[in-house]
Amino acid sequence: MGYFEVQGLCKSFGGLKAVDNLTFSVEEKEIFAIIGPNGAGKSTLFNCINGLYKPERGSIKFRGKELIGMRSDQIANYGIARTFQNIELFSHMTTLDNIMLGRHKAMKSSVFSVMGLSFKKSKAAKEELVHRRKVEEIIDFLELESYRMQYVANLPYGKQKLVELGRALALEPDILLLDEPAAGLTQEEKDEMIFWIRDIRKLLGITVIFIEHNMQMVKKISDRILAINFGKKLTEGLPAEVLDHPEVIRAYLGEVVD
Amino acid sequence: MIVQLLISSLVIGSIYALLALAMSITYKASEVPNFAQGEMAMVSTFITFVLLSTYNFPFYAAILGSIIFAFILGVLLEFVFLRRAKNPNPLSYIIITIGFQLMLYGLAAWKWGSEQQQINLPFSESKVIYQNDAFAVTELNLATIVIALIVLFIVYLLIQKTKLGLAMKACQQNVNAAKMNGISANFIMLVSFGISSVVGAIAGILIAPIITLDPSMMWDPLLKGFAAAVLGGMKSLWGVVLGGFLLGIIENFFGFYISIEFKSVVAFLIIVIVLYFRPSGIFDKHYVRKV
Repeated sequence: MGYFEVQGLCKSFGGLKAVDNLTFSVEEKEIFAIIGPNGAGKSTLFNCINGLYKPERGSIKFRGKELIGMRSDQIANYGIARTFQNIELFSHMTTLDNIMLGRHKAMKSSVFSVMGLSFKKSKAAKEELVHRRKVEEIIDFLELESYRMQYVANLPYGKQKLVELGRALALEPDILLLDEPAAGLTQEEKDEMIFWIRDIRKLLGITVIFIEHNMQMVKKISDRILAINFGKKLTEGLPAEVLDHPEVIRAYLGEVVD
Repeated sequence: MIVQLLISSLVIGSIYALLALAMSITYKASEVPNFAQGEMAMVSTFITFVLLSTYNFPFYAAILGSIIFAFILGVLLEFVFLRRAKNPNPLSYIIITIGFQLMLYGLAAWKWGSEQQQINLPFSESKVIYQNDAFAVTELNLATIVIALIVLFIVYLLIQKTKLGLAMKACQQNVNAAKMNGISANFIMLVSFGISSVVGAIAGILIAPIITLDPSMMWDPLLKGFAAAVLGGMKSLWGVVLGGFLLGIIENFFGFYISIEFKSVVAFLIIVIVLYFRPSGIFDKHYVRKV
C-alpha cells in the first residue's frame, strides 16, 4: 500500500467534470508536482484532498486511512496542511498570531486556558512556552523576524506567502499541499521559495505536493510530476519525461498546425 | 440632577452593553443578527424566577442554573436549528432566528402567562447605599453596574486571552483557513451561540427587577441593544460595549431635557444617523480589503 494514494477520484460541478477518474500515488518524503493548464482541476483536487469539497466517487487514502468523509479540521489534524493560491491568512492578526494558530491542535490544554496570564509554573504556561519556541523556530527558518508583530494585511505579497507557509508548517504536517507557491513572487523570491521547499523536505522530512505553473521551478525541485488536463491524467513520471511528453506540450501550447 | 441622570444612564447602559455584546458575539461568528436573543434571555430569566420562587433555590444556585440553561439554549439554537439549514444564506438564518423567537415567546406565554411577575433579587431597589443632596445610589443600581462590568471583563478575557478566543477570531476572519489549521468551525459556532446566550441571559436577569417579568419584557431592551451594537459597529466588541453605554446616556438625557415621550424613539434616530454617516459604526475600524 502506498503512502498517499488517490484512486478513481471524480468531482463535478453541474455538467463540468473538474476531476475525472484521477488516480495517482505519492511516496513518503517525495516532492511531487501537479501541472496542467488553467482550469485543469488542480485546485479542485487539492480541495478534495483536504475536505473542502466532497468528491462523488473515488478514494483518497493517507497511510491507509480514507480521507473522504472526514471534516477539513480532522484532515488537518491527521497531518495534511496546505496553502492557498490566493493567500488565505487571518489578515487582522499579526504574523506571530497567524503562525501560532497553526499550533492550535497541538495545544492540548483546555480551550479555556488563559494565555499570558497563567501562572508561571502551570501546565498551560509550560505548554505555551513550548509552542512559542516552536513558532519562533519557524519564524527563524523563514526569516520573518522583522515582521513578527506586524499585521499581515500590511506585509508585502511575498512575505504574506511565507507567513501562510509558516502557518502550515506550524501544524507539523506529514504532507504539505502548496497551491502555486511561486505565483506572484519576484524572481528572487521564487529562488528563495525553491530553497525553502527543498529544506522543508530535507530538514523537516515533510512530503510536499505542489501545484505550479512555473516550469523552471517544477523542473528544479520535483521528484515526479503529474500532468492533468480537463480533470484527467495526461501522464505521470520523472520531470524530463513529463515535460517533454507530446500530450503535455500540446495541452500547454495547443495543437501544432501544419 | 446631572449626576443622578448619569447613574441611571449607566445602569440601563450596562444592560444595553451586555445585550449588544451578546448580539455581536454571534454576529461576528455567523454574520447573522440573532433576533431570538431577547426571547432566549427572557426564558432564561423565567428559569431564574422559577428556581427562586417555586423551588426555593438559593440565589446564586438559581443564577448558576439559569446560566447553564442559557448556554444549552444557545447551543440548541445553533445545533438543532441553524446547522440544519440546507444551502444557508444570512436571510434564511435570520428567518430561523425569528422563528425560534416566536417559538420561545409562545412557550413562555403558555407556561407562565402574560401577567407580570416580580423577581426577587438580593439587591434591593429601596436600599440606598450612598446619598447626598444631589444624588442617591441604590443597592440595585450598584449591583447592576458591577455585575455587568464583571461579565464584560470575563468575556474580554475569554476572547482576548484564551485559545478559544483566538480560534473564534480565526473563524471570523477566514473560516476556510481556520479549518485548514485544525480548528473545528462547527464547535466554535456552537460555543459562540452558547456564550452569547449566557451574556444575554445575564442582561435579562439584571433588567427584570427594573421592568418586571413577562414574556414580552425583552422586546424593547433587545431593540435598544441592537441599536447600541449598530451604533458601536457590530463587529467591534469594544465598540458595541461603548455603544451600549453611550445609548443609555443619550436616551436618558434626551428623555429628561427634551422629551420623555420620544425617549424610546431616539435610539432608532441614532441608528439612521449612524448608518448614514458611518455604516460600520462609530468605533469599528473600517477595513478596506486590498484587491
